[in-house]
Amino acid sequence: MIAMLRHARYVVGENPVTGLAVGLFVLIVVAAVFGPALVPIDPLASDTVAALKPPSAAHWFGTDQLGRDIFSRVVVATRLDFTIAVASVVLVFAVGGFAGIAAGFFGGWLDRVVGRIADTIMAFPLFVLAMGIVAALGNTVTNIVIATAIVNFPLYVRVARAEANVRRDAGFVEAARLSGNGDLRIVGCQVLPNVFPIMVVQMSLTMGYAILNAAGLSFIGLGVRPPTPEWGIMVAEGSGFMVSGEWWIAFFPGAALMIAVFCFNLLGDGLRDIVDPRRRT
Amino acid sequence: MLSMIVRRLIVAVPSLIGVVIVTFLLTRALPGDPAAYFAGPAATKEAIEQIRVRLGLDKSLAQQFVLYVGDLARGDLGVSLTTGQTVVTEIENRLPASAELTLLGLVVSMAIAIPLGILAATRPGSIVDHACRVIATAGVSLPVFFTGLILVYVFYYLLGWAPAPLGRLNVFFSAPPQVTGFYLIDSLIAGDGGVFIASLSQLFLPALTLGIFSLAPIARMTRASMLAVLSSDFVRTARASGLSPMTVIVTYAFRNAMLPVITTLGMVFSFLLGANVLVEKVFAWPGIGSYAVEALIASDFAPVQGFVLTMAVLYVALNLLIDVLYGLIDPRVRLES
Repeated sequence: MIAMLRHARYVVGENPVTGLAVGLFVLIVVAAVFGPALVPIDPLASDTVAALKPPSAAHWFGTDQLGRDIFSRVVVATRLDFTIAVASVVLVFAVGGFAGIAAGFFGGWLDRVVGRIADTIMAFPLFVLAMGIVAALGNTVTNIVIATAIVNFPLYVRVARAEANVRRDAGFVEAARLSGNGDLRIVGCQVLPNVFPIMVVQMSLTMGYAILNAAGLSFIGLGVRPPTPEWGIMVAEGSGFMVSGEWWIAFFPGAALMIAVFCFNLLGDGLRDIVDPRRRT
Repeated sequence: MLSMIVRRLIVAVPSLIGVVIVTFLLTRALPGDPAAYFAGPAATKEAIEQIRVRLGLDKSLAQQFVLYVGDLARGDLGVSLTTGQTVVTEIENRLPASAELTLLGLVVSMAIAIPLGILAATRPGSIVDHACRVIATAGVSLPVFFTGLILVYVFYYLLGWAPAPLGRLNVFFSAPPQVTGFYLIDSLIAGDGGVFIASLSQLFLPALTLGIFSLAPIARMTRASMLAVLSSDFVRTARASGLSPMTVIVTYAFRNAMLPVITTLGMVFSFLLGANVLVEKVFAWPGIGSYAVEALIASDFAPVQGFVLTMAVLYVALNLLIDVLYGLIDPRVRLES
């Protein structure tokens, strides 16, 4: 553990960009947890006198067509976007991870069924499938989480399956089996802890995609509904004003989205360097 | 070669079956009662029931599936409840617009990403290499609809170089006579330079948006595989034989380095086809993506089903094409199969 931490410090020291990503991550978490308590103005309060004002000292990010403060809305939206991303990634981590480990460890018909499901999902362009799923299950935030989890499923299954398959006949697994452990116990106590770090890396690598996917869905009008502050829908609301020069309405939520995704991608790369240095590019 | 294509076609069949089953299940789960929607708000219970029978919604799921597959075999994707048009006609009319945009987006991204990747690989650690990494990482982090809006703001509002982001052609022009459905090609066939310029100027920003979005995986893969190939023995031999650096890179290294890049094109297409929907919404592009979005909002199931199915079939076909291309470039793949 200490060696791992030392290695982590070395990697962060070698690559200052990872340090920056950690800083951004802390900022996002703070905004997600304390956001609504921190912002100066109610994100839903409209003020038609102050509508469509450019950024100023009173409204740092300006105001939208209803006079709502964009800074407050961007900060408050962090919680919703972050929750959607985390929930979908945790869901697919649990389902995809276990399906993949089981498929890789036990093989046979289970492997074929899981593989077939993953292949079928991969036969679709992923965002299109996510659109279809949200439309089918109903236009709610929960279903955005489910759809994002489903389109990420094949990625998790592949990684977990490959890692579990390599360890299926490893010496320590044989030893555990010879000393009388059942299959389930071997999977839980021997295989899982070994596959876990690689899955965590996978998780942070797909976080950025999960946020983009959710924001894209709400941009086309699925899931989150106005007036709820959410980055994708705020960009959609501001898109009509872009051609008439009111850039700030769409710009700030879009920039927040970009920074969040950028942060998770860098963090994922950094984590991968720590856990699995061979795959460094 | 032919046997390889046939074998690959057979492998694609289970994917297609899976796609048909999933699209069927998805649209049967759509919220709202299509029969009630179709009948209108003033309809009586009996009228709704009649429509339900006419649409075949009273039958069991298995029976409905058989009917659905039968309709598909006849090329019937149903009728849109909101526009009253058959879905097949709508998709046929709108598909060229989406295809032209997506393909041009791919061309733009390859035109930027491949030279960038090669330059980065030939000068590792240089400014170009770092720029390549930064651009690639930034490219994946940019939400595609956001890039589109920024480009609109800069090139339309600030600079005034681009036309308003409203569809395929300025209102002053009429569409060229349809041959391929691609305005760029059709206007050239018709010999109408004005329409060509006009449609190119409308296409430029959305295609650039898609290009920026799909740049990252291609640039990364080109860089990585060029690096691997450049350090291989045959490149060393070619260099030692005194060939010019240009010949070594283009004739020897590039052709071999392209193989993994072509493989990643499959993934790139998955991204592009999805991003296409968002870009079409930003630029009011009359393609199948915006058609599907309108239908989604109205819970109109036939167009959504048709759209998801069309996209999935296109994607399976593109993957097939990529595999064939791979076989053409690399004779080893042909021999192995």
